[in-house]
This record gives sequence, structure tokens and C-alpha cells, in this order.
Amino acid sequence: MYRTAKGEEIFVIDGHTHFWDGSPANQKNIHGKQFIECFYAYHSNLSPPSEKWEKEKFEKYDAKTMFDDLFVTGYDDMAILQPTYLTDFYKNGFNTTERNSAMKKNHPDRFILNGAFDPRDGTKGLEDLHALSEKHKLQGVKLYTAEWRGESKGYKLSDKASYKYLEAAQKLGIKNIHVHKGPTIIPLNRDAFDVADIDDVATSFQDLNFIVEHCGLPRLDDFCWIATQETNVYAGLAVALPFIHTRPGYFAHVISELLFWVGPDKILYGSDYGIWTPKWLIDKFMAFEIPADVTKETGSVLSMETKIKILGLNAARLYGIDVEAQKKKIRAGGGYAHLPEAVHAPR
Amino acid sequence: MKGGGERADRSQHRQNDDRQAEIWACLQCVMDPELDESVTDLNFVTKADVDSENRVHIEFRLPTYWCAANFSFLMADDMRRAVDALDWVKGVSVVLGEHMYADKINAGLASGLSFQETFGAEADGNLDDLRQTFLVKAFQRRQVALLNHLVGVGHASGTIVALTLMELGCLPVDDDGEKLVRRYLERRAVVGPLGADEPAFVDAEGARLKADGFAAYVSRLRRVGVNAEFNGALCRGLLSVRFDLETPFVPKSKAASKTPDSQHVP
Repeated sequence: MYRTAKGEEIFVIDGHTHFWDGSPANQKNIHGKQFIECFYAYHSNLSPPSEKWEKEKFEKYDAKTMFDDLFVTGYDDMAILQPTYLTDFYKNGFNTTERNSAMKKNHPDRFILNGAFDPRDGTKGLEDLHALSEKHKLQGVKLYTAEWRGESKGYKLSDKASYKYLEAAQKLGIKNIHVHKGPTIIPLNRDAFDVADIDDVATSFQDLNFIVEHCGLPRLDDFCWIATQETNVYAGLAVALPFIHTRPGYFAHVISELLFWVGPDKILYGSDYGIWTPKWLIDKFMAFEIPADVTKETGSVLSMETKIKILGLNAARLYGIDVEAQKKKIRAGGGYAHLPEAVHAPR
Repeated sequence: MKGGGERADRSQHRQNDDRQAEIWACLQCVMDPELDESVTDLNFVTKADVDSENRVHIEFRLPTYWCAANFSFLMADDMRRAVDALDWVKGVSVVLGEHMYADKINAGLASGLSFQETFGAEADGNLDDLRQTFLVKAFQRRQVALLNHLVGVGHASGTIVALTLMELGCLPVDDDGEKLVRRYLERRAVVGPLGADEPAFVDAEGARLKADGFAAYVSRLRRVGVNAEFNGALCRGLLSVRFDLETPFVPKSKAASKTPDSQHVP
């Protein structure tokens, strides 16, 4: 919960969090080591110095640390757990639905648990998706189109096999498809950064929502173009948002382009925890205004109303969260006990 | 005899310095295709030496272990071509360090293989299309920077779109403008012929821009520039975390070191 100076309560849904194990004990090979190191480079490069973690903590943090960083020190009310399996790099996977489900189990009102699938897993994978969905009542999945699987270095959503999985997801009531389109895992020349496959499936599956995580960076320009043409394509701000500290000028341009092309109703806040933490991201975001010269160029304004949508209302709509009812539940469970008294006082 | 030897040494040194300067000047013109910035400005190149047999040895590294193999290969290939164009050069070796595909790419480069030959079945096309895509993006980014400048100093869109290439070349501009014009003209050939009477400003398909819809066209192009600047900032940041940029080619994390440097460089 973020509370403005005027006492307005802003409900925050963090669209992108992880409970990972990237520790040396879990690393399968050099790629596993390089993967967490690359994440750590993102963390080190873009975090304010006071928010930097030791490498050991970054490699593997415990459940309490995560809970406190998100909900006690941080302003998140709820967080979506996005899995990243990477079973070719990590013995027990990097951040599986199973591992994440422990967080959900202990704090059911705080977490939304997403699953994952990989179209290269064939019929067996479809059965697994069925079972996973039934067990966890999934509303969303996170897909890593660039993930390695043996000899394969990735897939496209427009592949025939992907269509089968998306059809299955639709039947199972999984309507939010988060797709990692951003940096970190390699493409070969099958360009995994390419966002063209999103265009294809967004047209074919009008009932599904496609949330493009990291807003297609490093192909923001192509992504913006696609998102204007498809009503069911959203932008996840993870990775773009931390630039608000190191390069506020660039962040201003990026958020302006997103507001201009994608619009205020289709942008979702995400911390990408544990790469970054909600407290400083949201403090900076709430204080941020697009500079006048950029507004003049793009016509984009980051109003309070827009900030509230980005921080929580847009995700609430996608996941069917009744914000007022959820606040009551969290309050009843003592979830706001750490906040100053005034927050509880009726206004 | 001794004095003559020293003179010869000094002249040898001078020649060597000149040649190294020539190599760096060539490398300066090689761009990261995605960022449209020079590989030397980006701090990617860590070594460019000439040996006694006029063979050139180049080493470079990239911001992450995961940087796209195709771009990595493309840059290495461009470096090799650029330096090989110098008439005194008797051979070029290019070695990529600290990269998931370092071994494969370095072996391919050392044997003069293409990207396709190097990666075989894993690669499903050649690099020419990719190269063209990013040349067009570079053209667009340079064009929008110039258009913004021209509009900013008071030229009407009608006047701008009416300019021929010759007229653009003669347009009185300040230092910033001159640099923007020069950079734009370097990429103008990507989309259409360069005759003096050809329109100065054309779109990616080579059609002359129109005054009608000019503002909307510039808005669309702006995305390309914002994207490239964002990527540039990210890449520079990651490179500086990963490597000590003051003493080149020393990975901050020693344990990851698996560079095949001694393999190809004598």
C-alpha cells in the first residue's frame, strides 16, 4: 500500500516477482553461473548504491526476506509470482511454479501464482499444464520463448505447437499470457527478442491477454507498433522502470512512448524482484514527472490517475481482483499493521 | 652500427604506431548494428596489435555473456573486413572473449567461415537480412535526429521535404547540424540512390516524404531513436559492471574466465 501525502491509498500489484535459487549449489553448469551473474549485473548497474545486495544474498534469498521486501518495507499489496524454469542451467530449476507455490501457500491473499508451459514438451507438456492448472487454479502463465531445451535455442509463439498450448490455456481459463521479450537470454539468429510472433497470436487469440514483459526491450520500437494495433497486448515495465534512477531522461522517453502508443490502461508495474525492490522503485515512480520538453514532443503526461492504473488497477482488471475487497482481506489478516495508524483511520 | 640500429628501431616504432593508428581508425568505423555506435566508442575492443609480419590481432568483448551470437559474429566480421582493406595488412585475427559462444565464434572466424557455416543447423539464415534491418533502423534514427534539428531551427516541413540531396549538402547549418547531415548522408544510400537531384528525405521504402503527415511520420520514427538510446545506456552500464574498463580485458569475476585468447593469438 502506498499512501500519498494527502492520505490517498494506492493499491499496488507487482506484476513481476521471482523466488529463485541461483546459488552455486543449484547451478548445473557454466550457463547457470553466467545467468545469475548477468542478473546481478543488472541489479548492480541500475540500483541506487544503498539498495545493492551482496552477491550471496542475491543468489538465493529466503521467503521472509522476500515477504518483507515486497509487503513490509515495500509498497506492494499483492505480487504475481512468475516462474522461470531454466532446467538446463539449474539442477532444481531456477524459479519453478513448485518453488513459488510455497510463498503462495503461506500468504494466499498476497500472491498470484502463475504457471508456465513450453510447447516443445509435446503431449506430455499439455497434460502437465492441465494438472498444474487444476492444482493451482492458474489465471496466468509466464513464457520464455528464448529458453534452451537440449539442442533447441528457443521457439516462437506463432509455431504450430504453441497454438496447441494457447488453445489449451484458453480452455483451462488461463487468460493472461506473460511473455518474456527482453534481454538476458540469448537468441542465436532465431531472434528471440523479435516481437512479431506476439502480433500473430494476439490477433488469433482475442480472448487472451498478452503481457509483453520488459516491453519488448531491446525492441521497444517494434513492440510499440504492434501494441497499438492489438487491443489485447500489454506492456510490463520490469527492467524499464529502474532506469528512473540511473537515467531518468531515458525513462521519461520510454514511458512517454509507451503512454503514446500503448496507452495508460495497458501498462503494468513490475519490480522484477529480486533484481530490484519495490520500495525505491515506487518512491521514485510516484515522485516522477515527465519533463516539459518530452511532454511537448510526445503529448504524454504521467498523471496521478495514470500512476494508479499502472501500479495496480490494470493488473487488478486482468486478474479479476476486487481492490476494495482485497484490501479488507489483507487488513483483516494484519497485513497493514506495520503502516502508520492514520492509514487505518476512516477519511 | 649501434646508432644505426637505434635509428632503425625508432623508425620501426614510428611505423608501428602509425599502423596501429590506422587500425584504430578502421575499427572506429565499425558499428554495433543494434546501437549504431562505434565498437571503439562502446569500449568493446580491447586490443589491436600488429606483429612483425604485418598480421593484425584484434580482441573484443561484449556487455554480457549472452549477447546475441549473430550480432557478435557480425561485428567481428565487420572488424575483419575493415582492417583487411588496408593494403599493408597480411592477415587479421579477431577473437571474442567472455562469451557463451566464444569458442565457436573464434574457431569460425579463424577458419574464415561464415556465420551459417560456423553454426550449421542452429542458424537458419545468413546475416545479410539482419544487417539490412539494422542499417534501415540506423538510417531512420539518423534521419529523425536531423529532421528534429531542421524543424527546431525553423525550417518548415514543406521546405524540408522539397530539398534535393544537393540542396541539403549546401544548406547553411551550425556545427551540430553539420554533424547530423554528415551522419545522415552516410546512411542515406541504404534506402535509395544518391544522385544530386534525388530527394534528400525519403522513407524506408525510398519514397519522398510528404509535407502532409510529416508530424506523424516523425513521431513514428522517434520510437527507433528512443529504443536505440535505451539499449545503448543498458549496454554501457552492463559492460562497466562486468569489466574493469580502465585495464581492458580483465573480467571482474575471475572465476568465469575461460578466454581462448592464447589459442589464436601468437
